Amino acid sequence: MTALNILFTLTALIAFGGTAMLVGSASAQSFAEVSTATQPKIAKIYGAGGIRGLEAYQSGVVISADGHILTAFSYVLDTDDVSVTLHDGREFAATMVGADPKLELALLKIDATELAHFDLKNTAKLTPGDRVLAFSNLYGIAAGNEPVSVLHGSVAGVTKLAGRRGAFNTPYQGPIYVLDAITNNAGAAGGALTDRQGRLAGIIGKELRSSETNIWLNFAMPMEAISESVTAMKNGTPLPDALTESKSALAKSPWTDQAMGIRMVPNLLIKTPPFIESVVSDSPGDAAGLKSDDLIMYVGTVMIRSWRDLAGELKKIEDQDDLQITVLRDRELVPVTLEPPTGDK
Amino acid sequence: MTGKHRKTLLLTGAWIAGALVAAATHAQEISPQELQHVIDAQNRRIEIVKKISAPTIAVFGPAGGGGGSGVIVTPDGYALTNYHVTKPCGDYMRCGMNDGKLYDAVIVGIDPTGDLALIKLLGRDDFPTADLGDSDLLEPGQWCIVAGNPFLLANDFKPTITYGIISGTHRYQYPSGTLLEYADCIQTDASVNPGNSGGPLFNSDGQLVGINGRCSFEKRGRVNVGVGYAISINQIKKFYGYLKSGRIVDHATLGATVGTDDEGRVVVTDILESSDVYRRGLRYDDEIISLGGKPVRSANEFKNILGTYPRGWQIPISFRSAGERRDELVRLAGVHSREELVSMIQAPAPELEVPGEEEQEEQGDDEEKKIPQLLPPGAKPKVKYPHDVAKQIVPRRGYANFFFNQSNVDRIWQKATGLRDLSEKTGEWIVSGKRTKRLENRNTATPFELILRNDEAFADWPETGYRINLDSDLDLELGPDAVEGLALSISLWRRLLVFGPKNYGEVFFLGTAPADGSGSHENQDDVLVATHDATESLFHFDQKTGELLRMEMFPTVNTDPCELIFSEYRNGLPQRISVRKGQTVLAELLDISVGLNGPAGAN
Repeated sequence: MTALNILFTLTALIAFGGTAMLVGSASAQSFAEVSTATQPKIAKIYGAGGIRGLEAYQSGVVISADGHILTAFSYVLDTDDVSVTLHDGREFAATMVGADPKLELALLKIDATELAHFDLKNTAKLTPGDRVLAFSNLYGIAAGNEPVSVLHGSVAGVTKLAGRRGAFNTPYQGPIYVLDAITNNAGAAGGALTDRQGRLAGIIGKELRSSETNIWLNFAMPMEAISESVTAMKNGTPLPDALTESKSALAKSPWTDQAMGIRMVPNLLIKTPPFIESVVSDSPGDAAGLKSDDLIMYVGTVMIRSWRDLAGELKKIEDQDDLQITVLRDRELVPVTLEPPTGDK
Repeated sequence: MTGKHRKTLLLTGAWIAGALVAAATHAQEISPQELQHVIDAQNRRIEIVKKISAPTIAVFGPAGGGGGSGVIVTPDGYALTNYHVTKPCGDYMRCGMNDGKLYDAVIVGIDPTGDLALIKLLGRDDFPTADLGDSDLLEPGQWCIVAGNPFLLANDFKPTITYGIISGTHRYQYPSGTLLEYADCIQTDASVNPGNSGGPLFNSDGQLVGINGRCSFEKRGRVNVGVGYAISINQIKKFYGYLKSGRIVDHATLGATVGTDDEGRVVVTDILESSDVYRRGLRYDDEIISLGGKPVRSANEFKNILGTYPRGWQIPISFRSAGERRDELVRLAGVHSREELVSMIQAPAPELEVPGEEEQEEQGDDEEKKIPQLLPPGAKPKVKYPHDVAKQIVPRRGYANFFFNQSNVDRIWQKATGLRDLSEKTGEWIVSGKRTKRLENRNTATPFELILRNDEAFADWPETGYRINLDSDLDLELGPDAVEGLALSISLWRRLLVFGPKNYGEVFFLGTAPADGSGSHENQDDVLVATHDATESLFHFDQKTGELLRMEMFPTVNTDPCELIFSEYRNGLPQRISVRKGQTVLAELLDISVGLNGPAGAN
């Protein structure tokens, strides 16, 4: 515990002393200096929206001298009339040159040259406890040549969104920096997370709220998780496969509905609810007490929303292991455990 | 299901602990010198927090309701807070301090548009005070500290400290509702929550740079979302002298609106012909170059600058009209008419404000909200004033607390009459000297004589002579003078000196305004406003010496005043009066001597 206390003091204080603290270190730059140097690399993006709850603005980062701007792939870009305002107030019409729906990132291009930009070859990799700055036009506070908002914080953790899939409704499931600052506000998506030298460390994600706890998540996507895709978008080459769906995550010999001894309702819709149609007698499902009309809600701790979710999640669990699922029966959640069938496979 | 939740929480806990341990391992690589720096910085911060905690106060209503924060700025107890904090309290509040003690406080002045209020704590003349900083020096990224009473957590009134960085400067926040406007405000990511309203924002040296008052709230409920706004201390410095007057203070308008044209110039899109700036030569489509000495590069910047000025200040403006640059001084009009502002604040008859409900409603659906009150709605305060408090509360329509206006008028007049008391000299005054158009021509200045009485005046100028009747409609008694209203102005000057503020007519303390029209908060004069018949005159007194320096006489509204600048004082009377209209000196009265007489027949 003393170690933790010391650490608290340290992380909280490294900040406060500013430059005086880190004499002789490479990071002897005040946050104010980093902020000033970073502002020219942040763009204000305006597009579709404007209806209540759907802001018509977001943020972006300049990643090339000749006008490539990385931002969040969102409804804001869902118009032919996307405009980008640079730090100096210059306004440009933007075209989308690439989009990665899995990462929810898009690359815009404006007709400009000699722009201050983030160097994608010199990005920062962060570990928990690292201090960060977040630059974005949250709430659309800044307009024209006004500097965007800057928030400070530290990396609270590095984890995967996939681990919380179900709780957070997002296609992105890769690694994230969890932040202790309230970075992910309206209009902040696409903004820059930098380390204390101003190197780009990540892109601020969309507003994301846990359906379990109603807590808003503040996070950024690490550059290392997205740079391959960004390069592909910039070069116009095919996008890499999503990082999280790699084959290694899949079980060699997974559970199936046949193995469980259940028949699901036919998969007719995009999101067919995973209702059990019938249960085969003397099957693992029967033994565990599954009944027809049960709605499968969870596999393990992962929320299941559809037939397809179920099929995907079952693929990750070896049929040698117990299968824990939670079903909804008569408005009650019932946890059950299916044991692997004995005998030959 | 609960089991699952618990498990999730435990996991999260373990994961955070893991993160910390990881960082702790990392931290062990810090050298002893670096560790010492960290400890030194912590000790320094502890000192600063101690320093800023002392003047930070928790503000409550008289019955203990309400709740907000504030900060003391003078040893005799003047403290700043938000108007929306004092509004539910009425004119009497109680303030908790860091030492655990509760002090009575009274309202002094309010600025409802800027959401600012000045209160005065009673009972000590050695209150701890905050050092004022310069908010124009703030840069995004700098560290800052917030002190206050969020969620009314501190039962012992010790302020809660949060820290963060300056997220943005010179922000403009549109009025939400009818009145509120945050111009040129400071944005911070330090936690600002309900109860922090009115509390101080400090820079990392512990200097007061702002008063926290507003947050961006949206779908996340009424708690901090990393975006708080503070009224800049530099704006407050301009309003401070006005707030001490006990009045309901208004913000300024130029009488012209601006927009940005295709070339990015800020140009006049509309202008009132009755405005002072129109008389200074500003016209439709002219380009605004600077205002208050600051460059104007966007319409937002224009609003940011203008929004920090009180009504009635005279500030510099530069514009380009018909290709020609002009530098003028402009008198700023009020955003609201006096009656309009008063009736927004005070019900038809002056009585205690009822807190709560109304405040909540007016916040509506706007994105930016005042930090809400933690007040049981509808809790009408039953005010029983302690004796000391009752002495310092004088309700009067149009004033936040007339007591402070009265006491300032008394203060100014005592100081002025300390130099020379002329209240006995109610008889004929004979003012003689030389008049010329320009000081350079003083050798050719021609003698003049004025005979001033209570009811009439005779002017014998080099080029003209006339009589004015002071019992008549004064706006008709301007005389056939090259300077309209010169004799009238001098007669009204005598009237103030002889009758004093009590018997002149209606006289109130405006507050303090820049002596030189620079628009700067430094070097301000005490200003009395005196009305008599249709005329309204502003009398500027030197704060230090108490000398009457300047008088501006407006015979009617929407005209340039006849302006007298008094100098070369001897024996309490000026030997020189420069006469200006607009920005032009129209006459110099030199080598003045005044023959004073007591009541007729009692010389």
